[in-house]
Amino acid sequence: MKNILAVLQKELKTYFVSPVAYVVLTVFFVISGYFFYSIVSIFVERSMMMMMQSQQFGGPPPAMDIPSLVSRNFFQVMSTVILFMLPMVTMATFAEEKRRGTIELLFTSPITNIQIILGKFLAALSFFAVMLVPTLIYFGFVYFYSSPSMGFGPVLSGYLGLLLLGGCLLSLGIFISTLTENQIVAASVTFGAFLILWVINISARGGSGPLQEILNYIAILEHFEDFSKGVIDTTSLTFYSSFIFVGLFLTYRSIESLRWRQ
Amino acid sequence: MIEVDHLTKRYGSVKAIEDVSFRVEKGEILGFLGPNGAGKTTTMRVLTCFLPATEGTARVAGYDVFKQPMEVKRRIGYLPENPPLYNEITVDSYLDFVAKIKGVDPAERTKKIEEVKDRVSIKEYGKTVIGKLSKGYKQRVGLAQALIHDPEVLILDEPTVGLDPNQIIEVRELIKSLAGNHTIILSTHILPEVSMTCQRVVIISKGKIAAVDTPENLTRQLQGSDRIFVVAKGPEAGIKSKINEIEGVLRVESTKLDGDEAYSFSVEAELKKEIRGKLARKIVESGFDLLELRPVSLSLEDVFLQLTTKEEGVRSR
Repeated sequence: MKNILAVLQKELKTYFVSPVAYVVLTVFFVISGYFFYSIVSIFVERSMMMMMQSQQFGGPPPAMDIPSLVSRNFFQVMSTVILFMLPMVTMATFAEEKRRGTIELLFTSPITNIQIILGKFLAALSFFAVMLVPTLIYFGFVYFYSSPSMGFGPVLSGYLGLLLLGGCLLSLGIFISTLTENQIVAASVTFGAFLILWVINISARGGSGPLQEILNYIAILEHFEDFSKGVIDTTSLTFYSSFIFVGLFLTYRSIESLRWRQ
Repeated sequence: MIEVDHLTKRYGSVKAIEDVSFRVEKGEILGFLGPNGAGKTTTMRVLTCFLPATEGTARVAGYDVFKQPMEVKRRIGYLPENPPLYNEITVDSYLDFVAKIKGVDPAERTKKIEEVKDRVSIKEYGKTVIGKLSKGYKQRVGLAQALIHDPEVLILDEPTVGLDPNQIIEVRELIKSLAGNHTIILSTHILPEVSMTCQRVVIISKGKIAAVDTPENLTRQLQGSDRIFVVAKGPEAGIKSKINEIEGVLRVESTKLDGDEAYSFSVEAELKKEIRGKLARKIVESGFDLLELRPVSLSLEDVFLQLTTKEEGVRSR
């Protein structure tokens, strides 16, 4: 445990002294802000239209739960945005240690590979959590300007879903980072892999049959839909935890084989 | 302290080291001398549990490198050829991280970091970002990293490479001052370096051990003498005195061979004075049985040819 913490601390330190971290944080904040703004304005506009329509034809305006519509759509968009951002968080994890030779320090210290991997994974996840923190402001706005006040349930489950989805992507990214000494290669391959996951997601929609069902199950973003609606489904929880486990297990095997391949 | 037995490491079909065996006693400084690509780094990597060996065993402080790697890692400080540094963090936070993963007692951590910084004279650079340090100071931080948990065994891979002459002298003095409390293996391709710092030298070439000797003997060989290996049957002292009578013989050393009455003699003779004929005749004419006679250390000379034997500007103090 102490060793995991030591690695986690060091990783966070190296994250926050590199310009990449600040670029990623800023870009994510700006993009998420833009999407939040456009989602809110779309729904506000739509509700105005409906109000006007109901005034024209008489009768009460139809009920519309803007806060939950905003949060659901916002989380949906975020789940796609992180596909583009997270490769930059994991690209250096092992590639840079290999290139610099600091992997030699880790491998010759009394610390197990599992501790190294968990430390790095938890650091990447914490960094991702830091990325998400500023987006809480947006929900603050929604909370203050909505009446009756919005419920916290969907927001919490949305963030939980984002963290789990991020965990999956990060574990896969860390694995890819063990395969090369070049950060750019790691980032590109990771991005390619995320893109494939995204494509699977699109092809999983519509259609039927056994193949479709399989695609539906492995579609990583499909599982996120429940979370964004405020539903915490055990199938999705299991899916995400297993995905993270497999990602970290692959990382472990790759690290072990590094020694034999050297 | 360190026992290496018949170690072989293959990369595919290429043998990086073959049948390497040697021992290092407690408190000793052993030099690992060999041209680049001879297998020095590979041997060190096996000893530090970084690489698994294909065959053979290695023990450090009584623990098997393959079966009890954690115990071995706790007792080893390792400085790879390129010091393993994180360039973007400060010296203090780097040493703090290393102290943690090397298992230094948390209560003593701060004290140990100050001690080790003092020892390698980087006290005033604690708050400096590592990437901003010069090559020599980076090397010192690397040494500090290897020393922080006060390991019994220190393994240093080319510790003076890339340093300027003054820094080289300082690093060598530092290494010498560490002997006694620590058992040290250091590798180098510079001959004068071993004669200045090491008590014993293992010469490795093309993955095989070519010789194990003291630096004095090696230097004498280098200064120019031929060596002849002789096995003869008879009284040790008698044969020795007869050999010494031959003109051109500088030194004779004898060892008892197991089994029979024979002795082996290592005869050192002046360079280019062909004494083998005389030597054979002398032994036979004196009534002893000559069992074997051959010139040695030809391969050693090849090794020396590839070594750096001169250093500009570096003198021992």
